[in-house]
Amino acid sequence: MYFDLDDDQVALRDGIRSLLEGRFGIDRVRGGLDRSMWAELGEAGVFSLRADGFSWADAAIVFEELGRALVPGPLVGTFLGDTLIEGGGRGSRIIGGVDRPAGDEPVIVEHLDALDALLVLETSAIKLVDPSTLTGRPSGWPLDPLTPVARVDALPAGITLADADAAQEARLAGAVLTAALQLGLAVFTSELAVTFAKERQQFDRPIGSFQAVKHILADTAVRVEVTRAAVHAAAVHLDDPVVGDVRRAVSVAKLLAGEAAVLNGKAATQVHGGMGFTWEVDVHLALKRAWVLDTHFGNSDQHADAVAATLPR
Amino acid sequence: MDLRYSDSDEAFRAELREWLTGELPKLPAPPHREDWPTRRAYDTDWQRRLYDASYAGLNWPKEYGGRGASPSEQLIFLEETTRARAPYVGVNFVGQLHAGPTIIAEGTDEQKRDHLEKILRGDEVWCQGFSEPSAGSDLASLRTKAVRDGDHYVVTGQKIWCSFAQVGDFGELLVRTDPDAPKHKGITWLMLPMHLPGIEVRPLKTALGSSEFAEVFLDEVRVPVSCRVGAENDGWRVTNVTLSFERGTAFVSEMVDAMRLVEDLSPYANDPTHRRELGHIAAELDALWALTKRNITQAAKGGVMGRGAMMIKLPYSELRQRLGELSLRVLDRASLSIEDFDGLHNGEFVEERLRTLALTIAAGTSQIQRNIIGERVLGLPKEPK
Repeated sequence: MYFDLDDDQVALRDGIRSLLEGRFGIDRVRGGLDRSMWAELGEAGVFSLRADGFSWADAAIVFEELGRALVPGPLVGTFLGDTLIEGGGRGSRIIGGVDRPAGDEPVIVEHLDALDALLVLETSAIKLVDPSTLTGRPSGWPLDPLTPVARVDALPAGITLADADAAQEARLAGAVLTAALQLGLAVFTSELAVTFAKERQQFDRPIGSFQAVKHILADTAVRVEVTRAAVHAAAVHLDDPVVGDVRRAVSVAKLLAGEAAVLNGKAATQVHGGMGFTWEVDVHLALKRAWVLDTHFGNSDQHADAVAATLPR
Repeated sequence: MDLRYSDSDEAFRAELREWLTGELPKLPAPPHREDWPTRRAYDTDWQRRLYDASYAGLNWPKEYGGRGASPSEQLIFLEETTRARAPYVGVNFVGQLHAGPTIIAEGTDEQKRDHLEKILRGDEVWCQGFSEPSAGSDLASLRTKAVRDGDHYVVTGQKIWCSFAQVGDFGELLVRTDPDAPKHKGITWLMLPMHLPGIEVRPLKTALGSSEFAEVFLDEVRVPVSCRVGAENDGWRVTNVTLSFERGTAFVSEMVDAMRLVEDLSPYANDPTHRRELGHIAAELDALWALTKRNITQAAKGGVMGRGAMMIKLPYSELRQRLGELSLRVLDRASLSIEDFDGLHNGEFVEERLRTLALTIAAGTSQIQRNIIGERVLGLPKEPK
């Protein structure tokens, strides 16, 4: 058992981090999703990791960094679509996703105007829908300013890309990648708040010296460590299903990461004081993304129920 | 990155399972919780069986009679023994997890020869004498004094929260040998033979009603200088060697036990909000178990636990209390007795709820844990004094 990043994975993490820090700074991210962004990520191989022979654990490491950098857009949908749609590879197309196990309508579609293709994950199949055929009524005031949303009354039947088993696999993989993004958000807000608490002076000393603040920050760091272990465990279960109950491991990861992203976002807001409630400070962007991602591939309550369902009755 | 046990790990597990299957039926009935002489006999008998089967001192180096097992084998041992409901380490806790490792790290050859083998065989039981009534979280402010008189230290003072002092042969004792030095610099670590004149042990009754702890009163107790571990006034450093052992391994079997409790509680939890909370707790336990595997990987790689090792106790202890809290809600009025009602399995859960009140206090309170994480992991400035 070697349950930690190996040398190649450390290099992979450092490589994507340095790419994101160099080219996906917060000013660019605040401009929202654009096609050049997708092309650059595609060129770096972000969407084709599986096709290029990387493991799910590798993908989770990369997606944590994408979350930490607050990169907007349908990252998971494009990742899943990359292997399903002919000619979709390497970020040449922006592929959105809608997870609809119950098939309930109406449907809220993210980034509708930017999409080249839309994957619909149903219980019995994965369908491909042409977004240009959809009539969406966009929200003028989305929760996350970097995640535009539109309400679509009905989805057309679309083309069937894969069967129920594939849909289930995609749902598990999507949950793990989303959990990795959420973990990255939790890392971002924890780091931002720790840095601020070391610099911000009140009562003639850094506020991070006060236990009332220090303890909030300690909790954010614990959430990151525990959640990262859960996310990596889920990814390893996808890579090597014999090690345990894959669905349970995935639910554990999505639940822990969903909570860590929201709770660390709230903690960072609090530690920043009044500035935490401004548009200027980046905390709100991470917290709003956390709320968006909690609705993807099952929310925290649904995954808690899923874990409970594995316990003896 | 993987979660597979190696072939040799699996062989170790199979051999251990087979041994447990043969050995556990031979044990006498577990003694009553408050019958300390019988508890000592029961726990040391189990220790002797482990010793005879080469499972004692699993993580101790081979040269001191241990097995020198790999971290993953230690994990498997705790997993399997807890699942099989083998006896817990019990009265051997302090010797196995504190005193023994400290003597290995800091003791003289003579001290190693005199104690290590006996601890492993269950022939010598240790208790702890660290905390004092006015030195809890601020342990370094301890006041029990030791004055050098020829070949002896004359020790006077009071200790509290001494685990297993009623049945201990030796105590690990922290004393102040230099009252004028800064508080961390004037402390010495002594082995206290518990039979010496001037020692009085008074059991301390906990909120649970149990008496595994005691107060120990020391009145001009003459402790031979040969009982000193490490240099005079270097006891704080020696103590931290001991405490780091505690942080590294103490909660693994507790976590396996907590997962068993979750599964035992599950059939009683029918209310949807109770089930959701139970799923939540199970998920967090799974995550802490994954973090334990990460810590063990890092220990095997570098010889030391990484930052994650500092981050187990805090979430685990708070999670365990949530499980206790949920148990009472699930049991509803069946929670009003610590003894089982006829046909109900209520007692264990209620007892657990009470016992786990101590988890966020013992071995560093949650508040001290957060200070340590904030300052040593995140590099935040210390609280002004």
